[in-house]
Amino acid sequence: MCHTFPALTSDRSSRICSLLYKHGSSMASNSSGSDSSDRQRIAQQRLSVIAGHLQRPVEGNSGILAAECKAQGDKLDVSSERRTVPRRRQEIMKWNGWGYSDSKFLYNKKGQAEFTGKRYRLSGMIIPGLREWMESTFGANLQHKTPAAPILNSSAVQPPTLNEAFLKELKSTGIPFSHDAEDRVFRSHGHCLHEIFALREGKIGRVPDLVVWPNCHNDVVKIVELACKHNVCLMPYGGGTSVSSALECPPEETRSIVSLDTSQMNRILWIDEKNLTAHVEAGIVGQDLERLLNESGYCTGHEPDSMEFSSLGGWVATRASGMKKNIYGNIEDLVVHIKMVTPQGVIEKSCQGPRMSTGPDVHHFIMGSEGTLGVVTEVTMKIRPMPEYQKYGSVVFPNFEMGVACLREVARQRCAPASIRLMDNEQFKFGHALKPQVSSIFTSFLDGLKKFYITKFKGFDPNRLCVATLLFEGDREKVLQHEKQVYDIAAKFGGLAAGEDNGQRGYMLTFVIAYLRVVLGFKYTLVLDICRNVKARIVRECKDKGVQFPPLSTCRVTQTYDAGACVYFYFAFNYRGLSDPVHVYEQVEHAAREEILANGGSLSHHHGVGKLRKEWMRETISSVGMGMLRSVKDYVDPNNIFGNRNLL
Amino acid sequence: QNNLALYPRTASLKDEEEFTDILEERRCTTDLGYALRTFNPQPYKGAPSSSTSDLKKAVLESQYLRYIAKEIALETGSSVEKVRQEARGILEEMSHNLQLGFIRLMAYTVNKVFKRLFRSIYVNMEGLNMLQQAIQESPVILMPNHRSYVDFLIVSFILFTYDIPIPVIAAGIPLASMKVVGEILRRSGAFFIRRAIGSDKLYWAVLSEYVRTIVRTGCAPLEFYVEGFRSRTLKSVVPKLGMMDMVLEPYFKGEVFDITLVPISISYDRVVEESLLALELLGVPKPKESTTGLFKASRVLQEDYGCMHVNFGRPLSVRQLCEGKINRSEYNLIPRDLPQRPSTEIQDCVNWVAHLIVRTQEEGSLISPWSLMACLLLQAPITTLTEEGLQWHGLTEKTLWLRKLVLDFRGRLNWPDSDVMSSTVALHHSIVHHKAGRVCLVQDGDPASQDPLSPEEGVMRTAAAVLMLVSYRNQALHVFVRPGILATAIHITKSTQKDELFSFFCFLRDVFANEFIFIPGRASQDFDEACSLLQKCGAVHMSEQEVTVLETGLEVLSFLQKLLQPFLDSYQLIFRYLCENGAHVFTEKQFLPAVQNLATKLILSGDLHTFEVLSSDTQKNVLSALRRLEAVTKLRASQQNEYKVNKAAVRRTGDILCKIICDIPVKIKLLFCVRLENFVLFFTLLSLK
Repeated sequence: MCHTFPALTSDRSSRICSLLYKHGSSMASNSSGSDSSDRQRIAQQRLSVIAGHLQRPVEGNSGILAAECKAQGDKLDVSSERRTVPRRRQEIMKWNGWGYSDSKFLYNKKGQAEFTGKRYRLSGMIIPGLREWMESTFGANLQHKTPAAPILNSSAVQPPTLNEAFLKELKSTGIPFSHDAEDRVFRSHGHCLHEIFALREGKIGRVPDLVVWPNCHNDVVKIVELACKHNVCLMPYGGGTSVSSALECPPEETRSIVSLDTSQMNRILWIDEKNLTAHVEAGIVGQDLERLLNESGYCTGHEPDSMEFSSLGGWVATRASGMKKNIYGNIEDLVVHIKMVTPQGVIEKSCQGPRMSTGPDVHHFIMGSEGTLGVVTEVTMKIRPMPEYQKYGSVVFPNFEMGVACLREVARQRCAPASIRLMDNEQFKFGHALKPQVSSIFTSFLDGLKKFYITKFKGFDPNRLCVATLLFEGDREKVLQHEKQVYDIAAKFGGLAAGEDNGQRGYMLTFVIAYLRVVLGFKYTLVLDICRNVKARIVRECKDKGVQFPPLSTCRVTQTYDAGACVYFYFAFNYRGLSDPVHVYEQVEHAAREEILANGGSLSHHHGVGKLRKEWMRETISSVGMGMLRSVKDYVDPNNIFGNRNLL
Repeated sequence: QNNLALYPRTASLKDEEEFTDILEERRCTTDLGYALRTFNPQPYKGAPSSSTSDLKKAVLESQYLRYIAKEIALETGSSVEKVRQEARGILEEMSHNLQLGFIRLMAYTVNKVFKRLFRSIYVNMEGLNMLQQAIQESPVILMPNHRSYVDFLIVSFILFTYDIPIPVIAAGIPLASMKVVGEILRRSGAFFIRRAIGSDKLYWAVLSEYVRTIVRTGCAPLEFYVEGFRSRTLKSVVPKLGMMDMVLEPYFKGEVFDITLVPISISYDRVVEESLLALELLGVPKPKESTTGLFKASRVLQEDYGCMHVNFGRPLSVRQLCEGKINRSEYNLIPRDLPQRPSTEIQDCVNWVAHLIVRTQEEGSLISPWSLMACLLLQAPITTLTEEGLQWHGLTEKTLWLRKLVLDFRGRLNWPDSDVMSSTVALHHSIVHHKAGRVCLVQDGDPASQDPLSPEEGVMRTAAAVLMLVSYRNQALHVFVRPGILATAIHITKSTQKDELFSFFCFLRDVFANEFIFIPGRASQDFDEACSLLQKCGAVHMSEQEVTVLETGLEVLSFLQKLLQPFLDSYQLIFRYLCENGAHVFTEKQFLPAVQNLATKLILSGDLHTFEVLSSDTQKNVLSALRRLEAVTKLRASQQNEYKVNKAAVRRTGDILCKIICDIPVKIKLLFCVRLENFVLFFTLLSLK
């Protein structure tokens, strides 16, 4: 594939397709007119949907559950045995990119873009518009490729610094561990551009010296005790989807670094159907959690874009936000109880009550602590009965300003659907480029007709119009009623309903242009200004830094709140002719972030701070705020056992 | 970053060659055809085409104005609706009503008038091209200097000619009250601002929201005079910050990505209202702007006013100018629609930008041979000028010498051909006449009624002519100010120590900050510039610690020092008046004539050699300088501009200038309570000596 653009190079693309598949199927269930009373059948359908896009776990990973957690072995485990994440993740996932190894974009022999693999609905399909879009947007073409280093060169990896005493005692506990180079490298990075770029070029810096796979809470307690005893640095590792350099090993760390991989702590320990809560081990990844809950007819409704791979513990540790937070809430709204192992011992509340007035909520020290205080091992989450009906939708607005005004009104009336997102014009065009080849003349004729209606009859300027995508969830009647209410509001702002298909394609876009993933909370009044200013700043910075072709600089309003909104910015550029594209990228990203802060945006809406955004923390939360966090860290972890140096 | 802010010096000569006479083409085509040409400008890309009524509606319905209206209603006890009604009235009075039809009418008339008045109007095409491009990228603010009523519409005229969006122009309210003409101006894009708004909160609110909305939407370029008014002395005026604040705020608040400032320098060979200006400065009241007055003034159409140069400066990005100077996040905690007092950091930045623009205008303006001659004529004794006249030969030779000095000082010259000097003197026949190898000052007045002229009237008559000369000299002053102040410092202190000269340089710079444009916070750069210029022209030799005067440099130094002498003398005289006058409290109304009387007496007795102190402009500048130095304070309670003077402080300021001038050895104690740290440094140095 053409590796000219960071945004599309890899492998993020696989996620595009996962969504396509998923959403496409749930659509099918809608159109089949499922009966509202038949919950069981819906659950079955949904299950099949998810099962469809999830590959069966690779056989031969029998080691996963080899070391039974004795403490909990006799407890009820309501979950089934199928798991997505094996210990040796590299067997099914890319070691130097996003997602599964078998799914990626290619240019085929005819020079058309194509998606490979069999996992997703788009797999094996041709996407005719993509190439032209890339060429016209970035000036990229097939002649300019930058191949990635195909396999990991183990000799490039530093030999592990092992703490023998720690290792010896660890062995006696029977908890599985490894110091194999591939295992260690896999856990040395998240998905920031510079991290992936270095891997593709075969550059490997400081990596963890050892990987351990605890199977349960008690294993974690043992590991943390040993780490304290032998002064070993622990870095919790969940889904590995960080985009804040949080997983980068601090180069100044001289102690042995142990990556604590929570992936094997992945069971639902119990479901309380009366109180609608589920108690889950924190290593479970999003797709498994939803799949297992769906089997019982429930869901959490927490769907961050990374849910295929990101873990519950990671959500808690970074204050994650899901696409459907309008109905289900963000992670802080979903969590009822947290158990975390710290060097000072285990912290948890004494009950599972939904709310307490007992001083500042200690959960808020844990949520967003980014692995600096301890390991989240078990979480009680709210669950909901699965929605009986889902419907996508989309609205075309004559311009971005009108779109933002509409979102404001929707939030003011508190009638936001499960998800409502507003793409700017550039993203709308990109969404179009990703349309798969249409099968019949009739479909393409219809498309042409629609386009004619909007641009010629309604007079929308194709270079200014923008699209809001909608997702409704709930019981059928209410969804339809709700849908009407939202479309009525949209009509007041010049919006035209643009069909379910456009809505779906909008959601799939989330996973495509990914690189500048600056996510922030804003006030509404600022949204328009900030979008324009940040986009303009990116374009100007790219020009200043010698990028030859105009960059793609685009944004999307992804969440609405009563008092603000969340905006994603994306940018991608063609780095041909640049000697150090990663550095240029970082400079542009830095400038964009300064611009955002100067315009009244927040440092991060849900990706966390990590090491990437640390330098702005003091400015963001004041010196006193820093002192508060500092003193918590000093008490909980005085010897900096959890030494990933995030946040502070 | 900073070299972006000022003209790249090397480019200046190149630009000069690229001026194009835009009247030449106009003379070949019909006026009507020109006025009806297709006008299809490319506007700012993001700008929706909004009508005047949209603009007014946006202003009236803005959150900001609602908030202010509520506040005012609460304070005054009237109803919100009434306040809003009042705001509507203000907006009606203020708002422009730009219409293409009237632009054409304006273009037709202006074209006719300009062809009559001027031989050529030169415009730098490169600047226009840059402007055209800038307009499509961000909201543009056009910032011309203001030397004559004529330049009010010149920018619109040029932009119409070159298919660039017509600006809306901030104008003084008196223009609006002119019958018919006021309305034509309004429809040509002028909007009108009251003078002396003072503390009228509602007016400020309406005005600032109106200006900000124009900038924010980018519906049209905004043109305003950062100097605030027409310079009566043809010297740059210290910029006013109110409008500048409003214009920059949308950037500070992140409402626009960037704002582009385009300094425009307009220079005249001969200013249409030259004699009116001089009379006005002497206290003869200016005729009220009226339509009939305009027709009466039509006799000016018979005269030749030479050429006009319009130099469009390099567009300056506010974003780049402010980078590292301000932290915009101070606006993050209060809703941006609400009024918020900017921090001193922001205020300083606005002040700095405003000064920078005026300096850029100065650097972009062209110096005519006549300005140089005026510099030289004013250094001759007044009796020579009025009676036997100055030798033509000597004058031309000295002018050529001065031309070289200007080039050394990197000034921009407008020096068309070899015959330039006699033609320029012919052009200014109203000020000097050249006869029999001698040049004399023309003094206005009826030759018939010459006899009954009192001595005082005689002084005023000469003063009127001298002040005209002064204003032409002022056009060239900006090139000489910095080296001139250094020359003065050398002359007064008789020192060769660099740091001692520097502190006196700073002192003079501070005292004369109302007289000349100095960019705040750039004292040491100004000093370095002065040093390097004097070194370049061979006047001084510089070493690490010392500045030594060279034999060959005496002519330059003495010229420069004499150039600034009138300012020193004028300030000195007014200081003296303030110290010797009995009262501690005075009003501006008493002050101005009293100073004039004293000055007239001293001129008649031969104790004062400058007429410039008679100018009300100089008098007001001294007052402002003293207020800035806190030697004079304005009494808040008083209705009629009453001032209280701290005589000791004024005397001390004067002492530094005077006693050292008179070469009396001084041991001044460190009693000075005036704000200037420079003083303290300077005195310390002196007492160490």
